[in-house]
Amino acid sequence: MASTIKLEIVTPDRVVLSEDVEYVGVPGVMGQFGVLNNHIPFLSALSIGSLYYKKGGGTHYVFVSGGFAEVTGDSITILAESAERAEEIDVERARKAKERAERRLREQRDNIDFNRAKAALMRAIQRINTKERVGM
Amino acid sequence: MPSLKDVKKKIASVEKTEQITKAMNMVASAKLRRAQERIEKFRPYADKYYEMLKDLSKGVDTSVHPLLEPREEIKSTGIVIVTSERGLCGAFNTNLTNTAGALAKEKMAEGKQVKFLAVGRKAVQAARKVEGAEVINSYVGVMDSYDFTLANKIGLEIIKVFEDRVVDEVFLIYGEFISILRQEPKTLQLLPVVHPGDEGEEGKEQEGAKALYMYEPSVEGLLSELLPRFVKVQVYRGMLDTSASEHAARMTAMDNASKNCVEMIHKLTLAYNKARQAAITAELLDIVGGAEALKG
Repeated sequence: MASTIKLEIVTPDRVVLSEDVEYVGVPGVMGQFGVLNNHIPFLSALSIGSLYYKKGGGTHYVFVSGGFAEVTGDSITILAESAERAEEIDVERARKAKERAERRLREQRDNIDFNRAKAALMRAIQRINTKERVGM
Repeated sequence: MPSLKDVKKKIASVEKTEQITKAMNMVASAKLRRAQERIEKFRPYADKYYEMLKDLSKGVDTSVHPLLEPREEIKSTGIVIVTSERGLCGAFNTNLTNTAGALAKEKMAEGKQVKFLAVGRKAVQAARKVEGAEVINSYVGVMDSYDFTLANKIGLEIIKVFEDRVVDEVFLIYGEFISILRQEPKTLQLLPVVHPGDEGEEGKEQEGAKALYMYEPSVEGLLSELLPRFVKVQVYRGMLDTSASEHAARMTAMDNASKNCVEMIHKLTLAYNKARQAAITAELLDIVGGAEALKG
């Protein structure tokens, strides 16, 4: 089947994924968008969330913490500050991070802390969500 | 001629030095392997990032974002210099600080103020010595273990001093890791971001590429996300390069030191044996002389 698109997910620490897939669902800042082969060249910022791709009848989930997506006709490149495949997510750690962030949000000391805690909370929630989707 | 005891002491001390340099060589090579792995994993990200920014800034006017726009009047220059924490790695740090010093002098000759932001103990020491320059901030003890968070912090600070007009242009100096045997100081303009699309490409092509792309949100919105992070990516790359270079330089330096030790031990052993033999001969002569005298 010639209708595959090359998906690459790259973070500062490693290349998370480099595979030929059938469909990619990406969490863009202006909403989720889907990418198939021969998509129009497209650049988008991403929000914190989970990305999924379909390959060989299965759906796979990957957590991304914001970043950018560049789509050319036959490839899509995701540049994220961190990204993890669902299998790699440490739920225990994410839960703890979530609790910590929630506690900080309740205390609300100053603005910088607040924004950071909010981002951390988002990341933790999305990590857990990504993990849970696999179980579905 | 030095006494036998002195030579023996000297040999023992050189042997100890050799042990140390050998151990440092091994430690450096282990660390180098890790540092090299890190930079090799980071390079794909940096390269993709650069490509993306290049695609995006094709045909875009420099006035769309403050980090792209060159200032008309440049009053002061910021120099970000990244070195190692420790010495004992040959001329590596000296090369870096000399490069920075030369750049500072050149800028001062043009009537600009020079402000340093130093990363690594050696950089801080050198930056303080440069006459007429100011050190805005220094990071000491960070090069042993760091991650993107630190590059993030430094990047934010650089952007802040640039936006507050404390500096009007920023250069980054780091040790580029070319191979285990070659590391060179590299100077790179960090801010304003040099238009990546400008490098020898034809205008027609640029127009065509621009028309093809769709953006979400807008070009300006994307640039304001991409550019600050680009600065951080460059800083991180500089740090990774410097630490790989440092270990490579130390490995070479320690290898040379070990070789010199072996050579020195060889020379000293020769001197020791000569002295020992001379002493034995002298004693024999004494005995023979004494026996002759008794016979008489």
